[in-house]
Amino acid sequence: MIELQQLDKTYLLGGKPLHALDQVDLSIEAGEYIAITGPSGSGKSTLLNMVGLLDRPDQGRYLLNGQATEQLTEEQRAALRRAHIGFIFQAFHLIPRLSCYENIELPLLLAERSRAERRQRVDRVLAQVGLAKQAGQRPNQLSGGQMQRVAIARAIVLQPALLLADEPTGNLDQKSGREVIELLEALNRDGMTLLLVTHDPTLSDRARRRLQMVDGRIVSDTTL
Amino acid sequence: MKLVDQLHFNLQLLRRHRLRTGLLLLSITVGVASVIMLTSLGEGARRYVEQEFSSLGNQLLIVLPGRTETTGGAPPIYGTTPRDLTIADAEALGQLPGISRFAPIIAGTGRVSYRSFARDVITIGTNADFFPVRRLSLSLGQGLPADAASLAAPVCVLGARLKRELFGNANPINQWLRIGDYRYRVVGVLAERGESLGLDMRDMAIIPLRSAEALFNSPGLFRVLLEMKPQVSQELIKDRVRQTIRRRHEGEDDVTLISQDSVLSAFNEILTTLTAAVAAIASISLIVAGVLIMNISLISVSQRRAEIGLLKALGASGAAVRQLFIGEALMLAAVGTLIGIAVGEAVVALALRLFPDFPLAAPWWAELAAALIAIGCGLLFSWYPANKAAGLDPVRAMRGEPR
Repeated sequence: MIELQQLDKTYLLGGKPLHALDQVDLSIEAGEYIAITGPSGSGKSTLLNMVGLLDRPDQGRYLLNGQATEQLTEEQRAALRRAHIGFIFQAFHLIPRLSCYENIELPLLLAERSRAERRQRVDRVLAQVGLAKQAGQRPNQLSGGQMQRVAIARAIVLQPALLLADEPTGNLDQKSGREVIELLEALNRDGMTLLLVTHDPTLSDRARRRLQMVDGRIVSDTTL
Repeated sequence: MKLVDQLHFNLQLLRRHRLRTGLLLLSITVGVASVIMLTSLGEGARRYVEQEFSSLGNQLLIVLPGRTETTGGAPPIYGTTPRDLTIADAEALGQLPGISRFAPIIAGTGRVSYRSFARDVITIGTNADFFPVRRLSLSLGQGLPADAASLAAPVCVLGARLKRELFGNANPINQWLRIGDYRYRVVGVLAERGESLGLDMRDMAIIPLRSAEALFNSPGLFRVLLEMKPQVSQELIKDRVRQTIRRRHEGEDDVTLISQDSVLSAFNEILTTLTAAVAAIASISLIVAGVLIMNISLISVSQRRAEIGLLKALGASGAAVRQLFIGEALMLAAVGTLIGIAVGEAVVALALRLFPDFPLAAPWWAELAAALIAIGCGLLFSWYPANKAAGLDPVRAMRGEPR
């Protein structure tokens, strides 16, 4: 489903070039469960952004479902993001002035779905993450685990094929962290491809395929 | 994002930041309201002048003695010509075809005294037609006798304020008073009316033409008022007047002609320009409001970096983000404009109740211009912040990293 070929990206950081991705080749099949680990600055997040179409490579090719993406316009990339990719972040990134329902509704608004469809989809994912009762609450009335589950609901409300999670349990205690990861694994079992960036070895040990990155390169790629 | 969803999204944002929204709305409201209030002052002045002129009748032609041909200065208000404009000249003009009425005027300052009261006022000598020509009405008694142009009858008509100051509430009719060295019997009192073309008719005594000739010992006229028949071309009449004067003044048409229309259109032009200038000045406050919008939008962009990054990650393109920010500014501008128009019109309506004589009214284009400028400013000044938001790197923005 995803094919990265010779992907290269250099940032200027404080005037000095930083080689965030160095000739990365990676191929991901639908339904995989992948954990990416590595020290800070090793390029994990850059890789996640590339895969998530939030960033453009300097060189190399990125094929999503066989379609080349480097030359697409911003608008087309945004449409692909909406259709295929869900994001989950360490800091949840719920909009505090919106209720849980409205937060989850956001991707549907951006995709210009009808009101009836929005209601049906939001209600379904709310039930799926076990927060149907909290629909009308604001994020600040929720616990960290609940907030991350709302964020997951938002990520999957358009039923993307690929779920990208950047340290999804980094801000959570162990119990809610485990609940969140179990929820993500359940989604993966239903067929969603899961790409996880983490520092936490207990988390990466659960993945079937593990990538390790150092200085912009994938130094190990093991599949159990 | 659909427009209705965008509106809803922004509305939630504006409601959430009540103080910020309120202050921005206030600034736009003040700007729009000031455009409307100031232009309505200008427009009011224009209407006031128009009203004053039309109360005189727009068929008036004023003949002044003397002419400034080479210097190009103002027409001589008090004659500075070797040849006076005489009563005989006025009568000749009055006989011209196309002239329905005429009123020669001799003017001077006279001391009007009654018992122990005395006032120095402008005293006008004229004929009976002066009253209809100047659209003057009487509150008491009658006007000058019909033979006022030929007979120096000792009668006078007083302005309303002059009557009050000399006689109080007593009836002045048939009382005798003095103007200069002559005695006059009061036959009428003018109805109360404000200034008319800079001449305060309330503070004035009017006597027969021949009496004024004797009083001021001068045959020269201050001016002649001609009332033209409405169907006749004004240019034709002006030509006839000049010809008549040339014939009588040894080949020189040494008079200045002022027609109601030319003065009115000059005033109109001046006051319309003035109104536009005032509108331009007032719209500076709208531009200030626009800068405020930019300022606050920039702050909002940096406060909402994470949210912008998130929207992009959720599938919003840069264009969609830009649209959201511009839409927010436009919503503010639109609502502010509506409130501003309401406030401006309310103030104008209130002022109109307090000063009913001054016809305050915002010109038709003021609201349109204010709205366009307000919305234009919203658009212009939100462009930069919106672009900044659209260009944000989503991942860094969400991590709270600097650019």
